[in-house]
Amino acid sequence: MSDSSDRAAWPLWEVFVRSGHGLSHKHVGSLHATDATMALQNARDVYTRRNEGVSVWVVKSSDVVASDPSDRELLFAPARDKTFRHPTYYTVPEGVKHL
Amino acid sequence: MYTQLVDAPEGASEASSPEQATFDDKIDRSITIEANDWMPEAYRKTLLRQISQHAHSEIVGMLPEGNWISRAPSLERKLILMAKVQDEAGHGLYLYSAAETLGTSRDEMTEALLSGRAKYSSIFNYPTLTWADVGTIGWLVDGAAIINQIPLTRCSYGPYARALVRVCKEESFHQRQGFEIVSTLANGSPEQRAMAQDALDRWWWPSVMMFGPPDSESQHNETSMRWKIKLFSNDELRQKFVDQTVPQADTLGLRIPDPELRFNAETGHYDFGTPDWQEFYDVVRGNGPCNRDRLRSRREAHDDGAWVRDAATAHAEKRAARDSISSAA
Repeated sequence: MSDSSDRAAWPLWEVFVRSGHGLSHKHVGSLHATDATMALQNARDVYTRRNEGVSVWVVKSSDVVASDPSDRELLFAPARDKTFRHPTYYTVPEGVKHL
Repeated sequence: MYTQLVDAPEGASEASSPEQATFDDKIDRSITIEANDWMPEAYRKTLLRQISQHAHSEIVGMLPEGNWISRAPSLERKLILMAKVQDEAGHGLYLYSAAETLGTSRDEMTEALLSGRAKYSSIFNYPTLTWADVGTIGWLVDGAAIINQIPLTRCSYGPYARALVRVCKEESFHQRQGFEIVSTLANGSPEQRAMAQDALDRWWWPSVMMFGPPDSESQHNETSMRWKIKLFSNDELRQKFVDQTVPQADTLGLRIPDPELRFNAETGHYDFGTPDWQEFYDVVRGNGPCNRDRLRSRREAHDDGAWVRDAATAHAEKRAARDSISSAA
């Protein structure tokens, strides 16, 4: 514990793993590492011990730009009343197929 | 925005600010609270205590089992045990990451553990005397942990809930491998059978106590349940553990060391005796059989690893300096 105070904390990295089924990389968690190489190695050890994926991305947490929770209404409310953007909005006459 | 704070345990019900009202509404509608969302300071503190204790328990929990890696009875058992201990390190890491989203640093948490300020589960302050203990820990301790953790995958704090989804997926391997070890011994020679029984005799009550003090004495139950960071009370979870474990012991032909244990046909549950709560409080206060030993081992491991952390930092700094020179050229 002697070193924890005088050593700067290692940067935090966000880890994304792509499974083998053609899906996108998905955020799985985070970890600390000194550099990108170490982050990748640790991500592999920590997040893919059970065949979880075939590809790993690591991104410095400080590089992630996120929306502000207080902007939620401003950003996402306008989409709420536009149900006509969904196929279920439309009535299909009975018997019509492939629509 | 953190100026309208209210003290726990009244915090969750007082809609004294718009932020508080939004928070309460989310809790009521089971919408997860995320790291950047406003939350009452008492909620943050309680969660931080809960998640960091959980993380510390995973880390210290490696020690009793690590004790047997070099003496596992076969190569296969050794590989399995190493995989399990490695999982515990991973669980600690997922949970530390979740705790960090609440605004504390990894170093602060490590320091709290090593200095003895932070608590971890009392169960890990008991010694692993025989190989049967390794199996019994997987069966009982990991079994108890699963009962405790599965509801928490639906808790109100998103990062904690998500970490526990991963933990729970991995934990069932732990419980099964433990049960298999105990089952092998229970079906083995008379000596092996006696070993399995002896381990059950020693681990039963500490496992029953893992769920914490009885509801009548628990300080945190009510507030935590209102905040949905605890979904069942200590006693409810404990009953579930007993109900689930007794038939398993019957299958193994092992005897649970509780003369008061019997099935209650009226309630459909097992009635059981009262644990020695004085022992529980003694262990929590640092006077269990292995408290000092566990902390000493953690401190030694941390100190012995200092040069590795320093080397990794120096290497990264050297590479960064080299990259900036070559990109400038």
